[in-house]
Amino acid sequence: MASPASSPLRLIYDVRVRAVLYQVVAVVLVVGIGLYLFGTVSRKLAEQNIATGFAYLSRPAGFVISQSFISYESSDTYGRAILVGLLNTVWVSVFAVILSTVLGLIVGIARLSRNPLLSFLALIYVEALRNVPLLLYLFLWYALIVAVFPPVREAWQILPDVFLSNGGLIVPSLRWSAAHTGVLASVVVGIVLAFVVASIMRSHRVVSGHARAAWPFVLLALFAPPLIGLLLFQPDLVVNWPEKGRFRITGGLQVTPEFTALLVGLGLSASAGIAEIVRAGILAVGRGQWEAARAVGLHDRQTMRLVVLPQALRVIVPPLTSSYLSTFKNSSLAIAIGYPDLVMVSNTTMNQTGQAIEGIAIFMLVYLGLSITISLLMNWYNARVALVER
Amino acid sequence: MFCKLAAIGLAAAAFSVFAAPASAQATLDAVKKRGKVLCGVSPTAPGFSYADDKGVRQGFDSDICRAVSSAVFGAPDKVDFVPLNTNVRFQGLQSGEVDLLSRQTTMTFSRDTSLGLDFAPVVFYDGQGLMVSSKLGVKSAAELSQSAVCILPGTTTLQNLEDYFKPRNIKYEAVVFENPDEWRNAFFSGRCDVITTDRSDLASVRAIANDPKQYVILPETISKEPLAPVVRQNDSNWRDIVSWTVNALIAAEEYGITKANVDEQLKSKDPEIQRLLGVNGDLGKMLNLDNKWAYNAIKQHGNYGELFERHLGEKTPLGLSRGPNQLWNKGGLIYSPPFR
Repeated sequence: MASPASSPLRLIYDVRVRAVLYQVVAVVLVVGIGLYLFGTVSRKLAEQNIATGFAYLSRPAGFVISQSFISYESSDTYGRAILVGLLNTVWVSVFAVILSTVLGLIVGIARLSRNPLLSFLALIYVEALRNVPLLLYLFLWYALIVAVFPPVREAWQILPDVFLSNGGLIVPSLRWSAAHTGVLASVVVGIVLAFVVASIMRSHRVVSGHARAAWPFVLLALFAPPLIGLLLFQPDLVVNWPEKGRFRITGGLQVTPEFTALLVGLGLSASAGIAEIVRAGILAVGRGQWEAARAVGLHDRQTMRLVVLPQALRVIVPPLTSSYLSTFKNSSLAIAIGYPDLVMVSNTTMNQTGQAIEGIAIFMLVYLGLSITISLLMNWYNARVALVER
Repeated sequence: MFCKLAAIGLAAAAFSVFAAPASAQATLDAVKKRGKVLCGVSPTAPGFSYADDKGVRQGFDSDICRAVSSAVFGAPDKVDFVPLNTNVRFQGLQSGEVDLLSRQTTMTFSRDTSLGLDFAPVVFYDGQGLMVSSKLGVKSAAELSQSAVCILPGTTTLQNLEDYFKPRNIKYEAVVFENPDEWRNAFFSGRCDVITTDRSDLASVRAIANDPKQYVILPETISKEPLAPVVRQNDSNWRDIVSWTVNALIAAEEYGITKANVDEQLKSKDPEIQRLLGVNGDLGKMLNLDNKWAYNAIKQHGNYGELFERHLGEKTPLGLSRGPNQLWNKGGLIYSPPFR
């Protein structure tokens, strides 16, 4: 410790003071560079008479988007068009994440199989997908879909009123209304409720030691809300049948080849990485755990579910988070194969308005926001499965 | 630690400074000092700008750049070509990465007013068209209700289509591709019924089809696409050089001056030709160039008509007719102001 008589200069030799000083200098530098860049760009843009600011977001977009989850017309604003693109990005990414997790789990366990053929096939799958850039796979899947399936005018009718062609898969759908949305919400409530009931029953069983059949309560929790929803909202069941037109099949629900190729591409490529993560997680659990589980009389499935996977999850979840983040960010390759995601809509917007810096800023904010959201969710989950020291 | 941070900071600051000339009227000085014109062109657009089998840029747009090089340096090859895609072309020009954009760019009100750009005279009057497979038996764009359309983003194409179809109550599915190869393949494989872009571009798409006769370009032209070279705003001298180089090529065709006869034309009695070719007057000096500026451009590349026939005309794979790109006194729109 410095004596009170020492000069302030002596402070520099204090480790803690120096640590704080470095931090302050770093922050000042970063903020300074940021301000300098911002100032330079603003000045240059003003010099070149280039309009700046986000005012353009409220101007009408004037272009159509082929897939939208909210009502969107070409007379709507650029802001709304970008929102449509964002929803499409989230939509395809969520499905790709689910697909990759399921596939990854299966393949990861197959890699550990004692059956040499199965584990070899899983190895081939993983290596083939991990070592080729995703973009090439997207081109491949899209080319396959477009080349293998017939043109719309010669669409295959695989079931009555279900058509398959290179224009996509078309199935009959319900004419959607607010009432349907209400029923859908009640189904979601039912699923959540069923989970809650199941976990309450389970903890009750653990505490009391009495095994009581839980399934009637779970089923009741699952089906009661949708039934109440049906009675409450009374949706009309108007079926929207597909009809063959001169060029396309209209009506019904359409799954486009662009969406399918992107989903398959993202899902498969990510699943290879997840398979390796799962394998690492399972291998990280010591052999002793397996043997101990057998010693107390658990059979293989129970051992996996109750002993090995809970411990493996501690290793699996952190790298899984970064795999999910990559999947979300890789969805921006959609533009290459014609899926109308955030990047496509923003590119069109940037071109029509010339506001590139603002467009890129929106990209950065949106992808940053999505990434942080996923990280927070996964970290919360990780905290739940992490080792609790007692 | 501290030194490292400072170094990173300085490096970032150095990178952030735009390469653009600081003051107006500076482009010509910068070009002369560099000894090269930096010209932004399309990466691959058959007929307009593409790399031939020797890796040399060829095409109508590329030759406009070379004509500017001839006017400034008296030599046709003092050009560095910078391929720019539709998304970054304007930023490339604004930031000084190129001195001139000659890449099938449509002159529009908003581009001229809000992007810090100026347009030279129109070098090609184009318009958006629609192409379909002839098997469909479609005769007009009015029949295209409920069709799927393959589109490239980044231009005014998507908006034009909507502007044309909406008032006519035609519903359609727009499939937008960033990558031109995917865009063409999707159309050829029947994923879309219709492909749309500028008519000149449709001709080049048809030219690479397996069987070009299978496709018809519909008669409707659904937009005006006047393609013109672009320069930065607030540099009148450079804008004049690019504009009058284009005009000189047009005027040369009008007066019958060709690559082959330009030396004989030096003896012409026509005062306008004398001024244009630098025999009399100081037109070059007024542009801060040599008085032989236009003579060099014509001598090294030919006149407007020769450029057109060499890259886009009936004898090329694109096989475009002159149409609106014929001279004004032959029923077209191509017109140069007088040289006096």
